[in-house]
Amino acid sequence: MAELILKDLHKSYGSTEVLHGVSGDIADGEFVVIVGPSGCGKSTLLRMIAGLEGITSGEVRIGGRVVNDLEPAERDIAMVFQNYALYPHMSVRQNMAYGLKIRGLPKAEIERRVNEAADILEIRQYLDRKPRQLSGGQRQRVAMGRAIVREPEVFLFDEPLSNLDAKLRVQMRLEIRKLQERLGVTSVYVTHDQVEAMTLGDRLMVLNAGHVEQFGTPLELYERPASVFVAGFIGSPAMNFLPAEGIEGGLLRLESGATLPGARGAGPVTLGMRPEHLIADSEGPIRIRVSVLEQLGSNTLVHGTLEGTEREMVASLPGIHQIPEGEVLGFLIRSDELHQFDAATGKRL
Amino acid sequence: MIENRPFLNILTHLVMILGIVMIAFPIWITFVAASHDPIRMTQVPLPLLPGDQFFTNMKNTLFGRGLSGTEIAPVWLMMLNSLVMALSIAIGKIVISLLSAFAIVYFRFPFRMGFFWLIFITLMLPVEVRILPTFQVVADLGLLNSYTGLSLPLIASATATFMFRQVFLTIPDEMLESARIDGAGPMRFFWDILIPLSRTNIAALFVILFIYGWNQYLWPLLITTDTSMTTIVMSIKQMLESAEQSPEWNIIMMTALLAMLPPILVVVFMQKLFVKGLTETDK
Repeated sequence: MAELILKDLHKSYGSTEVLHGVSGDIADGEFVVIVGPSGCGKSTLLRMIAGLEGITSGEVRIGGRVVNDLEPAERDIAMVFQNYALYPHMSVRQNMAYGLKIRGLPKAEIERRVNEAADILEIRQYLDRKPRQLSGGQRQRVAMGRAIVREPEVFLFDEPLSNLDAKLRVQMRLEIRKLQERLGVTSVYVTHDQVEAMTLGDRLMVLNAGHVEQFGTPLELYERPASVFVAGFIGSPAMNFLPAEGIEGGLLRLESGATLPGARGAGPVTLGMRPEHLIADSEGPIRIRVSVLEQLGSNTLVHGTLEGTEREMVASLPGIHQIPEGEVLGFLIRSDELHQFDAATGKRL
Repeated sequence: MIENRPFLNILTHLVMILGIVMIAFPIWITFVAASHDPIRMTQVPLPLLPGDQFFTNMKNTLFGRGLSGTEIAPVWLMMLNSLVMALSIAIGKIVISLLSAFAIVYFRFPFRMGFFWLIFITLMLPVEVRILPTFQVVADLGLLNSYTGLSLPLIASATATFMFRQVFLTIPDEMLESARIDGAGPMRFFWDILIPLSRTNIAALFVILFIYGWNQYLWPLLITTDTSMTTIVMSIKQMLESAEQSPEWNIIMMTALLAMLPPILVVVFMQKLFVKGLTETDK
């Protein structure tokens, strides 16, 4: 059990800098998800923690120990790879035992740990099979089993579910979460899937182009996104963004000319409104011309444009609605659910 | 594609049978010649059906009273020499190319690509091209008439190095990373992961290299002067020349048959692995 501290981590390949100073403290037993679009540097960051990539500058501490110059095996970590990286010529048992064998643990101890991990993951009946005889979900379990038997200080997961089909992914997601709570091991999990990130993490670190955009609990990110990037990344369907201007009387003027109360500054701002926070109201100031409906059963997604402009917007209405195309609907939004960002920097106001 | 045309079936079978006959007939003649006594082999027409002297000839050939009036080593010794040479070449080539491919693929060292190309260039320098200098070196080292001299100069192999390099490149990086996290050092990774994963390729290469080693002619001819070091392939030629009387075809053909045997055995027994090694891509 250990805390993991990242201090001002930089990574460059030649003259290209891919991480521009990433910091964050991860508490003992915490489950942190690093999330971001592809190419944001999240996998690189994880591999730096694992010791598979060199650290250009900065510091990684595991349990108070600086591990910058330690080999991966000496860092007391275990990693689960996207393609599982099981040794194809070894049985499941051998795969799980390999690391322990190298560490020179006594046979009986290895046997005990492998059986214990196999029981936790319910893969006991597969122990003598080869990886190629297993399905994707089973391989994923074996990969986790290999991590568990090491009894590491930190678990690292590199998009472990992206090779599974959608249904299995949801199931494994829950299992990973339960497993982590049960073992109480500090975990870092990389994914590009925001739903996965929201459901798994105690806290989320949102990375964008090598910068930390925000580091907080899922609800913090949802309720108070620190920037336009985080606001757009977290939540499904994605947040609507509208340019507006703060005018006299604390009002915000939309492009359509309508005004909303609650301006936090003067001048141009970017407004963010989550589709599920738009409340249908025939008198509402936000008027959307409907183009397409998406019927999800529990709710209806209304796609359209802000009246008088070409701004695409989505609103989510609870229940089933039949609305003809071209009709204009009015919406309200509560001012505490109206997000305002600086139009130039994208930071939250 | 499945086509059902009787005419084509017959034609393709005919072509195939013709091909088999063309290859098999000389071997049949060899076998027939090896089963008659020496006198029958000097009479025309030559026999097309086997005689009854096969095992006598085999005994005489293997244990050396076969070819009269020569100082040739018994064939069992020549076969042993050939076997030692072929095995040393095959195993030596595999070990060296595995190690050099491992170095080139998994280590970053100065002039890495330079070394790779140096190895690659030796493809253009087979024994025949460098035979004089190589002979000089081997002679100066006092390796004439020795197993080391027979095999060592033929051991370096660009082809095998290149092949193993390609094999290693198909093994995903995660395998290495996962081994590193498991705490395996480089040689441990090589031994526990790389070798088992390239097992079928090693087998395929072994078959090819064993036959290559077994069939060496020019090099053994040059560096062995002692009859106890001759190999079987070069001795067949010597048998033709050495006898002052007419060649004893039954013995010579028996020797040829025996010379064919080990490569055939290797191919037969390693066929499955051989085919797998050349076709398998699933890593």
